[in-house]
This record gives sequence, C-alpha cells and structure tokens, in this order.
Amino acid sequence: MSEIDIEKSRQERLEIDRAATKPVGMFIGTSLVWLLLGSFLAIGASIKLHNPEFLAEANWLTFGRVRPAHLNTVAYGWLSTAGIGIGLWILSRLCRVPITDYTSLTLAAVFWNLGNAVGTWGILRGDGTSIEWLEYPPYAAPLLIISFAFVMLSAISLVRRRPPGHIYVSQWYILAAFFWFPLMYVTSQALFFWNPIQAPAQGAVNWWYAHNTLGLWFTPIALGAIYYLIPKVIGRPIHSYYLSMIGFWSLAFFYAWAGMHHLIGGPYPAWLISASVVASVMMFVPVITVAINQHTTMKGSFSALRWSPTLRFVVFGGVSYTLASLQGSLMAIRSLNYLTHFTHYTIAHAHLGAYSFASMVFFGAIYYMMPRLLEREWPSAWLIKGHFWFCSIGFIIYFVSLTWGGYLQGIELNTKDTPFLEIVKLTIPFLKSRSWAGSLMTLGHLFFAVNFVWMLARKRSASTTATLLGKQGPLTNP
Amino acid sequence: MNRFKFIVAGFLFTLFTSFVGLVLIPILTLGNQTPLIDPETGEQIPPPLTALEQRGKEIYISNGCMYCHSQQVRPERVGTDIERGWGKRRTIAADYMNDGRALLGTMRTGPDLATIGVRMPSESWHLIHLYNPRSTSPGSNMPPFPFLFKKQKITGEKSSDALTLGGDFTPEDGYEIIPTPDVKALVAYLQSLKFGHYDVKGAQRAVIESKAEIRKK
Repeated sequence: MSEIDIEKSRQERLEIDRAATKPVGMFIGTSLVWLLLGSFLAIGASIKLHNPEFLAEANWLTFGRVRPAHLNTVAYGWLSTAGIGIGLWILSRLCRVPITDYTSLTLAAVFWNLGNAVGTWGILRGDGTSIEWLEYPPYAAPLLIISFAFVMLSAISLVRRRPPGHIYVSQWYILAAFFWFPLMYVTSQALFFWNPIQAPAQGAVNWWYAHNTLGLWFTPIALGAIYYLIPKVIGRPIHSYYLSMIGFWSLAFFYAWAGMHHLIGGPYPAWLISASVVASVMMFVPVITVAINQHTTMKGSFSALRWSPTLRFVVFGGVSYTLASLQGSLMAIRSLNYLTHFTHYTIAHAHLGAYSFASMVFFGAIYYMMPRLLEREWPSAWLIKGHFWFCSIGFIIYFVSLTWGGYLQGIELNTKDTPFLEIVKLTIPFLKSRSWAGSLMTLGHLFFAVNFVWMLARKRSASTTATLLGKQGPLTNP
Repeated sequence: MNRFKFIVAGFLFTLFTSFVGLVLIPILTLGNQTPLIDPETGEQIPPPLTALEQRGKEIYISNGCMYCHSQQVRPERVGTDIERGWGKRRTIAADYMNDGRALLGTMRTGPDLATIGVRMPSESWHLIHLYNPRSTSPGSNMPPFPFLFKKQKITGEKSSDALTLGGDFTPEDGYEIIPTPDVKALVAYLQSLKFGHYDVKGAQRAVIESKAEIRKK
C-alpha cells in the first residue's frame, strides 16, 4: 500500500468510528451498569446458598428471585447489550461503511435498557416465569423485540451498503447472530406466552432456546470479535480462511441441535436426547478448528500478551472457549451427565462459557474499541491490570470450587444411602469459596467501570499514546 | 451481495432444521396429548390441579422454588432417584399433561419434589419447614420464607392455625406466627405433587372431540 492509500484507509476508519461513537457507545456504556448490577445480584444469591438467613426478610430478595435476576441481567443486560454494540461496530468496520441510523439505534438502546429494567423489576416483584433463560415476565419482551428489530435493520443496512469485495469470517458470525437471536427469542416467547404449548413439550423448547442463547448468540459474537481483534493487534492475518469456514458452518449446524442434553433422564423420548448428544459431541469439529486457527495465528506473537490489554483478555477468552466446549461435549455424554446433572458442576461449566469465554472476550473488545470511538486513551493501565487479574484469578477459584464441589455432590447424589442433608453440608465450603471468588470478580468489574467513567470524563486529547500494560514488542499495531 | 444472500439462507436453514427437530416435532408429538384416564374409576390421572393448588403453583413459580428443586424421577440406573424413594417409576411426558407450565428443573440443591405429596403429606410439617427450614431440617441451606407468614400479637386465645415452633424459632412471648393464604395454597400444591406415583399401566387415553378442547385442558 502506498502512503496515500494508508492515509485514505486511516481517514475511512476515523469516519466509521466517529459515526459509531454515539450509537455504539450507548450500548457499551449501559452494558457496564448491568454488569455491575448482575455481579451484585450474583454475590447476594451466592451468599444466600451458604447463609440462608442473609437478607431473607423481604420477598423481593429471596434466593429464587435474586438468582434468575442475576442470570437475566448478565445475559440480556450485560452480554447482549455489549454484544450488540461490539457486533455493530465490527460489522461497520468490516463492511467499511459508517453507521447512519442514529435515531433508530438510540431508540433501540433506550428500549433495550427499558426492557431489561422492566424485566428485572418484574422478576424481583414476583412475576418471574421460572422458565430458565426466559424469566423476564412476558410484558418485558415487546420492548426487547422492538429494540432488536432496529438493531437488525441497522446490521442489514451495513451489509447492503458495503462495497463489493471479500467477506471476512467475523461478518458471517456477527450477521448470523443478529438473525439467530431474534428468531429464537420471538419463537420461544410465542410458544410459551402468546399461544402456550402443552407442558410435556415445554422442556424441549426451553432448552432449544436456552442452550442456543449461548451457542448462537453470545458465541458467534465473541468468536467474530476474536477473529477480528487478534489479527488487528498482532498485525497478521488469520492462519486459514478455509478452517474458519469449516468452523462457522459446523458451529451453525451442530450447536443449533445441542440443547436437549439438559433433559437427559427426563420425560423425553430417547431419540430427541440422542440427537443432541450426537450434536454436542460433534461440536468437537468447530471447536478444534477454531482452536487450531487461533493458535497458529497467535504463534510467534504470544509476547504481545505482556503489553496488549485487548489481546490478554481475548486470548484468555479464546482458550476458555476451547475448554468450555470440550467440557460441554463430554458432559453431554450420558454416563458423565448422570454424575454432573443437577449439580453445581453444571453451574461452573456455564460460567466457563458465559464468563470466562464470552465476557472476557467482550472486555477485550471494549478495551480495543473505546479509545477509537472516543479518540482518547484509557486513563489507567494499573486499573486494567487489576481488572484482568481479579477477574481471571477470581474466575479460576470460582471454577475449581464449583467443579470440585459439584463432582462430590454428584457422587453422593448417586449414592443412595447418603442422606440428603449430608450432601448439602458437603457442598457448603465450596459455596463459600464461590462467594469469595465472585467478590474478586466483582472487584475486577469495579476497576473496569472506574476506568471507563474516568475515560468518559477525560478530555479528548488527554493522551495520544496507547495505554499498554508493558513495553510494546516489535509488532506493528495497525 | 449475492454471496451474502447465500450465507444468510444457509445459516437460517441450519437454525430451521433444529427448529423442526427440537421444537416442532416435540410439540406435535409430546405437546399434543389427551389426558390419561384410569379405566376403573374413570378419573383423570394425574388429577387436574384445584384452584387452590393452582394458586400455590403460582407462588412456587413466583418465588423460584424451581432453581433448587426438580420435579422429575429419572429411570433406574440413571442416578438413584427411585432407590432414594423419590418415585416408584420414571416420570413420563403424560404425567405433566395437566401442568400449565412444566417445572422439571435442572438443579438439586434441594431434593426432588416430584412425589413430595406422597413422601411428606403433613400440612403442618410443610408450614413449619417453609417458615424456617432449619426448624425441621438442621443444616439445610434453603431460604426461610417469613414473608409468607404473619407475626401477630396474641389477643385472647391463641389462633388455631398458629405454628407450633420449637427452640430458637419460637416468637417472643405474646406473639404467634400465622400462615398467610398464599403459603397455605403453596402447601396444597406441594401436597398435590405425585408425579411418578400414579399407576399408568392400563390407563387409557381420553377421547376428545376437538383439538380446541385439548388446548383448553
């Protein structure tokens, strides 16, 4: 590329980022509020499991309401809101056209947050539905659906306006997620609330939706972000285009079929569950292709983990994706599922996917995006380091505690002579250690939020050199 | 743009296949049943919930009991549900026929409740346990539900439905703990839970004239 071309594409990126500042910034900024609220709800729910008298007087703070409030605020408030922002920005960058629908996206952000607020309030006041991942009362759903319609239109408009040329794998993932999520959400709302189906079929619909929220909504956005960010930071293209295609299509096909392993042992026909067990095991294909592709892309550039905040979070997330998916495939196999089903082991696994993979990648993406959107740098490298270490160490303690505790719980549940209260007592130390771990993670989130607010308050030209965690190595940072 | 159209069609197709397999077919098969009838008594099994039990189920849903208690009995050799006495047989789709909302659950922080109505038929035990689980089950980590009860000053005679609590759980002198209608409904619902207990062998399908009628059930 000649110097004129470089300057031209720099100018183009600048325009794209400026157009994205407000619409994307609204989603990212508000997602942090939900992250913090979700974290505090999590600590509350966690403490209640080993200290049941904690905040037990008021009905709106009882465990059975705080727990779904936590799940929904982090799933729809934090992950989805951040995911919409990150997805739109990467699409805009890769389609090389600026976001133009400022008004409709503002409305979308307002409606999305309103939907989350109404939904969370509804759960806490006792209107939760007890359908996992769909606990927001039916009256919150229209707000979310209208909002997402605007987001979808905006994504389609970006794709339609793009100049002809190569389509990058991140575009596939993100565009697919923007179609999959609303289709699944509207379908499940219709089948549960608008024209309810009979109870015996509800479990299947429930786990088709719930498992795919992870698999076809958070996962593709996060994978799209990884595929975009790693090459950006290390200045090298991804290793293999064809591997990324295999990864995409095998994920699209197998993940969509995987949810029924949540019903193993339940009142469902064997073929239904077997179909999902097979699909879950076949998830080895997309996971291993993505892992190979990312590893070979990163090879030789691992030293960049020392200085790049983005890379550190994103690679942590990428490795977690591999681990979470391999573990998930194994847990879907009947003989292992008999042990882990109904235990805290599953909770640990869910957090390996939703937190250690998706959330960590989103943190990394936000560290990359915000300086470009706001044209100013992160104020404190120290706060970024704190964020990373508190969250990663906190998470490892979290995962080990619940995996170990859940394993013992599973063994004892399957020992017919162990009295139930003995099993409860056995899990208490692990639940306590989970509360400590969750507090560390929340502390990390507070560091993140402080840095973010500080950044917003800063002057545009406060600093021109990127905030890095150490001395930058011999890599270019385009 | 053409390539994008192809990609969009492709990923919509993959979702559609799973929709057919995991949503549509289960709805058409499992979700399209007529109730089971006991040929001897002519009664529906399991019996439909009464209005009070239905109210209790709403309290169960609203307070998220499902997050710690499942309502399903797994078959023999899958876990120890049957050996633990949590049910005589595995639960089948038809058991949930009359359930407006299936509450199968995915977690057993607490024990399974599919047959709690058989295992624990006593109303007073449930009330005391819900007021504070530690009063009947030391070491339990279940939350107490004080907001489902009313603490009131005893005026004249003690109320007939005041809870008989022991030890640390006794209210201060001159006060008593009264169950609210909500918690009574919840207990009625718990007492009604007998999934996996009814004998379904020999049961017959009810004959129903129209699809619309099934939906109403």
